Amino acid sequence: MAAAVPGVSWARGAVAVLLLLLGCCGPELAGGLQDQAEQFFRSGHTNNWAVLVCTSRFWFNYRHVANTLSVYRSVKRLGIPDSHIVLMLADDMACNPRNPKPATVFSHKNMELNVYGDDVEVDYRSYEVTVENFLRVLTGRIPPSTPRSKRLLSDDRSNILIYMTGHGGNGFLKFQDSEEITNVELADAFEQMWQKRRYNELLFIIDTCQGASMYERFYSPNIMALASSQVGEDSLSHQPDLAIGVHLMDRYTFYVLEFLEEIHPASQTNMNDLFQVCPKSLCVSTPGHRTDLFQRDPQNVLITDFFGSVRKVEITTETVSLDREVAGFESKFPEEELATEPLKYAEQLPVAQIIHQKPKPKDWHPPGGFILGLWALIIMVFFKTYGIKHMKHVF
Amino acid sequence: GGMAAAALLLLLVAAGPGAGRAGSERERLDALREELLLSPLPTGDVAATFQFRTRWDADLQRGAVSHYRLFPKALGRLVAALGVRELHLALTQGFWRTRYWGQPPLQAPAGAELWVWFQPTVTDVDKAWKELSNILSGIFCASLNFIDSTNTVIPTASFKPLGLANGTDHHLLRYAVLPREVVCTENLTPWKKLLPCGSKAGLAVLLKAERLFHSSYHSQAVHIRPVCRDASCLAVSWELRQTLTVVFDFFSSGQGKKDWSLFKMFSRTLTDTCPLASQSKVYVDISPKNKEKELLEVSPPPTSVHEAIVQGDKKTYAVYDLLSPSLFNTSRSLNVQLKWKRPQDSSEMPIPTLHAQRYVGGYGLQTGEICTLIYNTHPYRAFPVILLETVPWYLRLYVHTLTIITKGKENKPSYIHYQPAQDRRRPHLLEMLIQLPANSVTKITIQFERALLKWTEYPPDPNHGFYVGSSVLSALVPSVTAMKDMDVEQSPLFTSLFPSSDGSSYFVRLYTEPLLVNLPTPDFSMPYNVICLTCTVVAVCYGSFYNLLTRTFHVEEPSRGGLAKRLANVIRKFRGVPLL
Repeated sequence: MAAAVPGVSWARGAVAVLLLLLGCCGPELAGGLQDQAEQFFRSGHTNNWAVLVCTSRFWFNYRHVANTLSVYRSVKRLGIPDSHIVLMLADDMACNPRNPKPATVFSHKNMELNVYGDDVEVDYRSYEVTVENFLRVLTGRIPPSTPRSKRLLSDDRSNILIYMTGHGGNGFLKFQDSEEITNVELADAFEQMWQKRRYNELLFIIDTCQGASMYERFYSPNIMALASSQVGEDSLSHQPDLAIGVHLMDRYTFYVLEFLEEIHPASQTNMNDLFQVCPKSLCVSTPGHRTDLFQRDPQNVLITDFFGSVRKVEITTETVSLDREVAGFESKFPEEELATEPLKYAEQLPVAQIIHQKPKPKDWHPPGGFILGLWALIIMVFFKTYGIKHMKHVF
Repeated sequence: GGMAAAALLLLLVAAGPGAGRAGSERERLDALREELLLSPLPTGDVAATFQFRTRWDADLQRGAVSHYRLFPKALGRLVAALGVRELHLALTQGFWRTRYWGQPPLQAPAGAELWVWFQPTVTDVDKAWKELSNILSGIFCASLNFIDSTNTVIPTASFKPLGLANGTDHHLLRYAVLPREVVCTENLTPWKKLLPCGSKAGLAVLLKAERLFHSSYHSQAVHIRPVCRDASCLAVSWELRQTLTVVFDFFSSGQGKKDWSLFKMFSRTLTDTCPLASQSKVYVDISPKNKEKELLEVSPPPTSVHEAIVQGDKKTYAVYDLLSPSLFNTSRSLNVQLKWKRPQDSSEMPIPTLHAQRYVGGYGLQTGEICTLIYNTHPYRAFPVILLETVPWYLRLYVHTLTIITKGKENKPSYIHYQPAQDRRRPHLLEMLIQLPANSVTKITIQFERALLKWTEYPPDPNHGFYVGSSVLSALVPSVTAMKDMDVEQSPLFTSLFPSSDGSSYFVRLYTEPLLVNLPTPDFSMPYNVICLTCTVVAVCYGSFYNLLTRTFHVEEPSRGGLAKRLANVIRKFRGVPLL
């Protein structure tokens, strides 16, 4: 009893001290938990989409396809699945007859990095990349027969990344050398998306000449825009490869790709670092950005908010048993009726049947009697008018 | 109530173990067979044909089938929902040179080709066809949504069903070809994803895009058709065949040497089998030419040798059965190597019995002529051939200029079906059944006139030209050796593509070259030039006149001048100089 009493009192004392400690830092701990919970819900989006567009046709615009594919590659690597990416490539460079290495698109000279890869799904290709299709994808006003992979099925909790590259000018972007999209049209399309609640936040990146003119007219909230050059400046290409014979990438996207290669799905890099990518010394043009329409501070916006994919994981402790006993599952299979006589294959070249196939008579011929009667009438009228004595002259 | 409950309970109890057993039996209702055929071609190239066949002993049309195991769900639901009886889709890059390479096992035209037989229960076939092409364009990442009435035809004599058929009303058939379609890795990726093992195990590990597209001919196809379940043929099974044919070029892939191996072709070797496959074999064509002893040596030694009569000729194949345990005993990987025992004489090239070529004749941008040459090199047998030509509406064919000349004399076809085009709505369709005499060349010519399109109808690269799809030749070619009736399940897959009726001839479908035709193309910068010139003229001439006529002149008070002028005037007054 003497030994037990001090033990009990020690335990009681320890519990009291613990309670006191908890009492004083209780609110602190609770505050820390709340902070963590807030951080979890900071961005406000639940899914990510990407629309990547290359608008140039012809072999000498290889670099625009390489630009788009390198962004595609980064976005896939950081977690956005193919079903959430709408990739539009206006021409095929990988299997182009002028490509010395078929099924590859390189971004670095000496063929270091093949951005085409082995697992690529292009949704809009070749002649399908038009201004109309692009605007229909953005606004969702798509014909009902369009397959799912060609739709942008975003909702009001989606963060969308839109990347466009090609040839552009002050206020327009050229599509496939035959049509243009203006900055006003683009701004209106984004406004339609906002009014239909098709995005939570939108990041617009453009790599063309005078790219900053394309984001001048935006007026919808929650849009952040980056461009590779200001109005009046040209975006330059990076380096040619002598074996392939064309320029492989544009400077701005080249350095953006280098920057993105450092990002992994859990990195905490924010948008301010993306704004610093490619200073004038490397890019020759001055990259620009626009954040006045964006509600959050770019400091708090993670790169993975747009380039990566949100995966909210819920941990549960209850077990789910996958039982093989699914009685009645296959018994719903309807019993088949067997044919009474054996079925047979069709003859591939039934010559006799083909020759005797009569085409359906489509045109209408007047019956022979009608024509005879008509001519008889004409002849009677003639001879009544001019008299029977002319008959010997006719015959 | 109680009786019903008891009966129900009894039923469930009886069905429980029964369903369990039936469930396990039902699980084995589908089977996968995969096969690779390597055939060296007379020019030194090598052709590799992959075939993956999934056969499902279920009736997709009836009942709500919801449990898909090996048969891909995307295609199964398509067949059930749209009432498809047969579907054949092929995406091809390149052209099979029949003259130099021999008859192909299964040829497809350049670009995308889709032909479908619908069930008689489908009421609106055109609507189902449009929906089908849209859905397939999403599955295969191809621009099949461009298939519409301007490139769809309804053949009346060609393209009879390859599967079980009750009757052949040709109004249930639709055929379309898109010759401009490009085939690249983005088409291969979803095709590989339809395979049960994907590209991770079995023969599909060899399918790497970088090697497959560096070839002279690459064709991947999907064929769905109903087949007989067994020899009695009282029940229907559905068969899905995915075929991929690739021809590796002697100079670019082979580096000028005629020795081939799996590693040289695919930069990979076979390491294991697909666990879901019931059969996995590699066949190598080692048939001796000119009845001599074998020229070709294969290593490692094959598991067996198989002889078959393929396309009317007796052929010998070395077989590697990947499921046999002895194959992977010595090494973990299988690299089949083909070596020639003695150098091949180039004059020994065999000429195929039937081959054709097509070209455009004429000059200028107004008229032209399509010429097709069909060769029958059989020494004494004549046989009929069906020629199907689909010409787009902007090449206006003149049917009265159609001439068919064989051996200097006119050859009248036994059956002609011609459907003229309607501008912007329907293409031309010309189907003819022509008898080819033995050892002859038949020349078919038809003249056309080129139309001028509206300026919005030109594609973004109009100076590339416009494509005319390949014409299709279907023929029953007489066999050299009579073919016996064989069991479909036991024989290799490449012998059971076309159902054969009798052994004296075999069915072959050949495609000619696609044509590239230039249409008169306007200068698209002209509207801009005209606007600039007109605006300049209007601004300069009319503008000057307008100014002269409407400008009024009035006297202007001279201004007092600014501060600087007043100060300067003050200084000038002092100097005595005239003021400003």
